[in-house]
Amino acid sequence: MSSNDKPQTPRNDLAFSSKNQLLSHDDVARALKRMAHEIVERNHSAEKVSIIGLQTGGEPFATKLADILDEISGVKVPFGLLDVSFYRDDLSRNPVPRSAATTIDHDLTDRAVVLVDDVLFTGRTIRAALNALSDWGRPRSVQLAVMVDRGHRELPIRPDYVGKNLPTSLDEAITANLDGVWISKREPS
Amino acid sequence: MIQTIRGQNLLSLDNVSREAIVEVLDTAESFVEVNRRSIKKVPALKGRVVASLFFEESTRTRLSFETAAKRLSADVLSLAVASSSVKKGESLRDTIATIDALGIDAVVMRHQSSGAALQVSRYVPHVHVINAGDGLHQHPTQGLLDAFTIRQVLAERMGASGVESGSELFHGLRILIVGDIRHSRVARSDIAAYVTLGAQVRVAAPGTLLPADIENWPVTVVDSFDEALEWADVVGLLRLQRERGSGSFVPSLGEFTQTFGLTVERAKKLRPSAIIMHPGPMNRGVEIDSRVADLPEAVIERQVANGVPIRMAVLYLTVAGSKEEVVS
Repeated sequence: MSSNDKPQTPRNDLAFSSKNQLLSHDDVARALKRMAHEIVERNHSAEKVSIIGLQTGGEPFATKLADILDEISGVKVPFGLLDVSFYRDDLSRNPVPRSAATTIDHDLTDRAVVLVDDVLFTGRTIRAALNALSDWGRPRSVQLAVMVDRGHRELPIRPDYVGKNLPTSLDEAITANLDGVWISKREPS
Repeated sequence: MIQTIRGQNLLSLDNVSREAIVEVLDTAESFVEVNRRSIKKVPALKGRVVASLFFEESTRTRLSFETAAKRLSADVLSLAVASSSVKKGESLRDTIATIDALGIDAVVMRHQSSGAALQVSRYVPHVHVINAGDGLHQHPTQGLLDAFTIRQVLAERMGASGVESGSELFHGLRILIVGDIRHSRVARSDIAAYVTLGAQVRVAAPGTLLPADIENWPVTVVDSFDEALEWADVVGLLRLQRERGSGSFVPSLGEFTQTFGLTVERAKKLRPSAIIMHPGPMNRGVEIDSRVADLPEAVIERQVANGVPIRMAVLYLTVAGSKEEVVS
């Protein structure tokens, strides 16, 4: 759940200034289409690709990406959702995240797994996801697709497919969904 | 009222809010999925130590707690009381202090005395104490897993998701609890959970097996067991606790079966959809006829199976949780 990577995500919008929209619904749709083509290009086809969305922020993007891949490749791309709550290394430092179910119904051994999330920030969610994935087999490769890369990595992790690179400061928060991408700033208190 | 069990002890369900109960049930739903995987283990409690102290015998509760702790990657210290220094006369306080000195994060405890878990939580305030049954008082994880089982069965029948239904399926649900209410900590925890979730609860028992203060309980005592059977959506049977002397509260086991046992004849009066529950271990032929226990409406094995995810949820929330606000 990438939302845990965003400690300054607003609990309520009151502490934040109004949101500025950076990407529109159409921008997001175009970015996803481009990422789908990049996935096919990189893997030479969609035959061996599995799309795994991270609960809960990655779900809409993963669903949409899988649909586009089905369309452009003519193959039914296996799709699943992964909840990494129980694999996090910061459980003792943060409150327990709300967990959602993992739904992966196929063996990932020898698949090219594309992890999909909304926002890439510290990289800790992805680290947890890599650990969790090993319980579902041994993928041939694991790639990472994110709608927004906002920087501030704490681990040596980089995305393979990016919707938009957004250099941010730590007091900003990013909201990303299929309707667009917004940035908001914490107001000085 | 406890609003969440995150980072707390779990000693009783009497003071736990509806939201806190639903949170445990929803978390357990995620662990049901973990238990279906080929690798049934997650690292959530890696490096934590859970001590399991059973001063009273148990099969399913101890095994399911220890399984739950291991599936969360916790280390389990299991004290076999029968072969420990308790037999040499060591006090509860000293036994706890010894185990605490080894460095533990949680204690799962069953004891024959009511209030023992609360007492231990005062001895070791920095350790999370989970009551696995104390005398006649409470058995909170049993209450939670019974509520979880009911929600699961009802949600499945409607093709709905348990998590999305929250506590809705309990609103006005008619639950009948039968048998040795007086000596049953399961009945006390079940009633607390069901009533908090919004169900109507009635109890049926011979007068001698009702607690003296039953009029203060949030339940109705039924006059006719047979009529109540036609009313109930769920029938929860209780074990006649012969080790607590229940045998002397009824003229004979045969008479108890005649008047309050769920015989084949009586089971015919149940609505076709009624769920039959028993916390185990069953006295087949006493409170439940063997053939009734094996009906498809009897969810007794499912109750046992749900013990692991519920106890994983309780350990996860109490030990890994903090009292701060949850991140969404």
